[in-house]
Amino acid sequence: MTRAGQIRDAAETGGAEPEVPRDGPAITAGGLVKCFGDVRAIDGVDLEVETGTILGLLGPNGAGKTTVVRVLTTLLKPDSGAATVAGFDVLSEGAALREQIGLAGQYAAVDENLTGLENLTMVGRLYGMTRSRAKMRAWELLARFDLADAAKRPARTYSGGMRRRLDLTAALVADPPMLFLDEPTTGLDPRSRIALWETIESLVADGTTVLLTTQYLDEADRLADRIAVIDHGKVIADGTPDELKDRVGGEKLEVRLSEPGDADRAIELLVSMTDEQPVFEDGSVKLTVRRRKGAIVEAVQRLNQAGIGIDDLGLRRPTLDDVFLALTGHAAEVEDAGQVEV
Amino acid sequence: MRKLFADTMVIAERNLIRLPRSPDLLIAFTVQPIMFVLLFAYVFGGAISTPGYSYIDFLIPGIIVQNIAFGGFVTAVGLNEDLSKGLIDRFRSLPMARPAVLAGRTSADIVTNLLSALVLLVTGLIIGFRFDAGPLDILAGMALLLFFGYAFSWVFALFGLVVSSPEAASSVGFIVVFPLTFISSAFVPVESMPDGLRWFAEINPFTFMVDAMRALWLGAPAGNSIWGAFVWTVAILAVFAPVSVSRYRRAAVN
Repeated sequence: MTRAGQIRDAAETGGAEPEVPRDGPAITAGGLVKCFGDVRAIDGVDLEVETGTILGLLGPNGAGKTTVVRVLTTLLKPDSGAATVAGFDVLSEGAALREQIGLAGQYAAVDENLTGLENLTMVGRLYGMTRSRAKMRAWELLARFDLADAAKRPARTYSGGMRRRLDLTAALVADPPMLFLDEPTTGLDPRSRIALWETIESLVADGTTVLLTTQYLDEADRLADRIAVIDHGKVIADGTPDELKDRVGGEKLEVRLSEPGDADRAIELLVSMTDEQPVFEDGSVKLTVRRRKGAIVEAVQRLNQAGIGIDDLGLRRPTLDDVFLALTGHAAEVEDAGQVEV
Repeated sequence: MRKLFADTMVIAERNLIRLPRSPDLLIAFTVQPIMFVLLFAYVFGGAISTPGYSYIDFLIPGIIVQNIAFGGFVTAVGLNEDLSKGLIDRFRSLPMARPAVLAGRTSADIVTNLLSALVLLVTGLIIGFRFDAGPLDILAGMALLLFFGYAFSWVFALFGLVVSSPEAASSVGFIVVFPLTFISSAFVPVESMPDGLRWFAEINPFTFMVDAMRALWLGAPAGNSIWGAFVWTVAILAVFAPVSVSRYRRAAVN
């Protein structure tokens, strides 16, 4: 449904005229701080997201991603700092702001005792639609997201992927211009994950702005126009996926040696392929290669000529751990999930 | 205000739709109270002296009041589940009237309370309970009863919002409300209690409520019981509804 259609609907139902998004960035946030007891869940977060783009908020468990989403969706009051979403202030204009957003998360927040259709109809009515309009919209979305066959089954009978899809669908009921997706693919099997990515991509093609949190670099890389890396409640890097990957460095070559005693000689032979000092860990020589192309062949030739036996070798794409290693000098730390999933 | 009413109805409908799909809940509403009635009527009843009334007549208003106060446990358990499953986050991110999630829950309780009160009443009639009042008084008693139950749904709403698990929600409710119902005129005449307990029983809202029911359904002397029950109910509502709503606004995923 178009935004204009939504306004017409509200007029028909006698509801208040919904506000339209104001000009300017879809999200601005400055100096956001939120503490839980002694834990500074977010500690001075600044963000800016342009309308119609996807920002990937990348970080390990407990970095503060969910807290940022909760502050921006008015579920939590920040201790200090300011933020606007679609031009509305999170503190003083919460009600108008909530008309502009949809929220879907890692919890798949649907009522398991209601059917898919009943869930979506309920959400539509809470957005102020009439019952018949909400039902129509629900069918529309169920068909679009391949849930029409399951529409009249209770959500508790759905698979994990279907449930997540229903949750995402619920966030789209009012066709909000701003979408928050909190770890939308965590725990999904690879096939459902890719299907969900395609869905998200089609949404942005329609002009929706998305803030997406994720623990996976490949997810942020594939979906996001810009990535903000968050660690211990602070944004520690911000840029396009390419800029970020440049900072992380290229792909990692790992060579498992037949004889660990050859490690020093192998490092000597391979050091010219990298800008950093190769390391020897767990029986493997590891180095970040300057150029991906031909790296494997070259490494094999050099080691073969020197008569060094190779058990296994491979190129590994950078992961979140590598990003953190490159940006902070330490691996991504997973903190006690209990105190950080707030 | 209109939005609050509409949203409350949407949430109430949601909570009622799911009811027939949870057979365990239905059993809690029906079988458990029947068990209590039979237990008291036939196990304890013979040993309790209730001058002026048969024990069945004395018991039914008392046990219906106790039962209605516990009807709110559905709200406590349900709210806590909604919290831990993230559904409350979804509701709070919607442009809906914020008190509606609680108001819808408690309103749905009125329907389930009516259902379980009727089950009890029918059970009572089968084992010998008889009204001694006109139809208007009987209906007034039912209305007062549902109002009292509604107020307790808000008490349970608060329990559901502050505890960490659905199991805890219902057991906190049990620990707090259960003794209140026993130190009252629900099951034994207050006059039979020792001084300290008797003092407590006489100001206990349950005593006012049970006495009011006996006045309306059995023609017992009303004294100040009907007004007292009404004032207590309004007071409980006036305290727990705003406290629960303010707690809901700050509620977070566990």
